[in-house]
Amino acid sequence: MGTLTYIEAGRRALAEEMRRDANVWAVGEDLGRGGVFGQYRGLVDEFGADRISDAPISEACIMGAAVGAAMMGTRPVVEMRFSDFALCAIDELVNQAAKARFMFGGQTRVPLVAREPIGMWRSSAAQHSQSLEAWYAHIPGLVVACPATPADNLGMLKAAIRCDDPVVYMEHKNLWPLEGEVPDGEHLVNFGEARIVREGRDVTIVTWSAQVHNCAAAAEALEKDGIAAEVIDLRTLWPWDKDAVLKSVGNTGRLLVVQEAVSVAGFGAEIAATVAERAYKSLKAPVKRLGAPRAPISYAPPLEQAVTVRQDAVVEAAKKLMTF
Amino acid sequence: MTRNIDLARLAEHHRVMVRIRAFEETAKQGLDEKLVLGAIHLSIGQEAVATGVCLNLNRDDILLSTHRGHGHTIAKGADSTAMMRELFGREGGNCGGKGGSMHIADFGVGMLGANGVVSANIVIAVGAAHAIKLRRENRVVCCMFGDGAINRGPFLEGLNWAGVFNLPVLFVCEDNGFAATTRTRTMTSGDGPLARAKALGIPGVTVDGNDVLAVEEATRSLLDDVRSGKGARFLHAVTYRLTGHTAVDPAAYRQKQEVDEKWQSDPIARVEALLGDAHSAGITKAREDALREMQNALNVARDTPYPDVSQAFADVQDIGDPRKEAF
Ligand SMILES: Cc1ncc(C[n+]2csc(CCOP(=O)(O)OP(=O)(O)O)c2C)c(N)n1
Repeated sequence: MGTLTYIEAGRRALAEEMRRDANVWAVGEDLGRGGVFGQYRGLVDEFGADRISDAPISEACIMGAAVGAAMMGTRPVVEMRFSDFALCAIDELVNQAAKARFMFGGQTRVPLVAREPIGMWRSSAAQHSQSLEAWYAHIPGLVVACPATPADNLGMLKAAIRCDDPVVYMEHKNLWPLEGEVPDGEHLVNFGEARIVREGRDVTIVTWSAQVHNCAAAAEALEKDGIAAEVIDLRTLWPWDKDAVLKSVGNTGRLLVVQEAVSVAGFGAEIAATVAERAYKSLKAPVKRLGAPRAPISYAPPLEQAVTVRQDAVVEAAKKLMTF
Repeated sequence: MTRNIDLARLAEHHRVMVRIRAFEETAKQGLDEKLVLGAIHLSIGQEAVATGVCLNLNRDDILLSTHRGHGHTIAKGADSTAMMRELFGREGGNCGGKGGSMHIADFGVGMLGANGVVSANIVIAVGAAHAIKLRRENRVVCCMFGDGAINRGPFLEGLNWAGVFNLPVLFVCEDNGFAATTRTRTMTSGDGPLARAKALGIPGVTVDGNDVLAVEEATRSLLDDVRSGKGARFLHAVTYRLTGHTAVDPAAYRQKQEVDEKWQSDPIARVEALLGDAHSAGITKAREDALREMQNALNVARDTPYPDVSQAFADVQDIGDPRKEAF
């Protein structure tokens, strides 16, 4: 076991996969100079400018070119800088990448990884802060991954690159400097397997991405009040680990879903509905969702904070569930 | 001016052109009989572009097409019976009956798909070319699109990309004058396709797209440049769509007189005139063979069952496969 930051873990994952498979290459704006956050720093020295390729400011073409290149047997990793900018490449991802295998009757596959960093980060305002993961969970053909820890960023990015399906890979910008232990050797995470961050018998908290850390801290605070919260990090939203959630709710009888994204029509609604459909008998309290209000994200820190799900809100919601 | 014509080559074009025409007329018949489902976009009148370009591609060269892709696909070597089955949504269609006319594709002959989104294949094509370059393979990509496609972003983004990375792509703008029901030039600012390509650093030429020999000559010269590593090239082929936008469109937005005039330069009639009386037997045979082939394709497709319904859930994805995950 060594320690890496979340950003370093992603870098190691890409480097390992590029060494392993000559068909893996990365393309996006400013990759040659390391990417906007430094996710690609140093990689051009080892792999050259053809495989760590700078691209024009042309999200639709970065994504579309990746579709064509993937259909020709390479495995492109495309960098969108911010999930917000990936909206310029929606046709290429949703109508092309996600559909090609199916509509061509299995004649082709599109093994691309679209890296789309999400989340609020240092007053980045409304066009650089969104968490749009639920959009992609809605699209047949796509895999949606939201790693929360350095170990997962290593194991999930490697798995994403090896996956034959298009993967929307959403790192959280606030997690870049997060340190954590990572396995030394080959490390892969299976998609669709949640991680039990902490066990508990009283209330199940289901979350993903940066909110995992917030919820873990909230669970610690709850323990001081004698409430044992079970925290589940989903890791992937499609596929998602229904079994882990249903099993936990079966034990606790209480479900709290926590997401940074806008609550309305978010992935939390999918989890809540699934539990309502399949586990209503074990529920002791109504399902509770916590997420952002349906408002764009502000620049000024107090306003930005006002739409963030914070630890005290998680604690309060969990306590409320305990009163039923 | 007299041209030095290779009559054997011209006859080859003729055979493919009449096969395309017969395929589409048969498909239209299938549509009228409610055997073809959904919309089909016929390319009647545009066959010279399909054969003039595609007969100069090798089998391992890559072709991407548009919603109006039957002709290109046949000219690239796809099997007409599989295509007819696809149009009928039947088993054994090129895409297993899951794509239909607008997604006709045959990866076995390097045909990476028609596309239902105008302009979308331009960026996919440059990606295919990018992969070819990365793997140092010796083949080229040809991307077909209509004159309407030049007004969407992927045209700009894709041509820029091809220029920046010096990629082996031949862009072919099949200019039939219309984008659906609108005359494209009324919606296009500036000097049009070739001017835009040149502004993006992609050299090219404009040709009479109803003159198969002119299309062939231009294609060969442009492909020579592409194959020798000089980068992307652009062919602007001016043609005319003799029928409606879709097979059920009466095209009432244009005068009968205009269409009648355009029939005078039907590219197939022009080839037959060039072939001349000496070849009349060959011409007749080519037409009869084409009709027989396509009628047979229609009969086979009609007798082929629909795919098993389990196919609705197959080939979606491996991870999170709907056959295993709840939906
Ligand atoms: C992005 C997009 N917008 C609109 C349409 C509807 N549409 C289908 S074909 C067509 C006209 C395309 O014109 P052109 O590119 O010149 O090709 P042509 O039909 O003339 O062969 C339109 C508008 C579409 N398929 N995709």
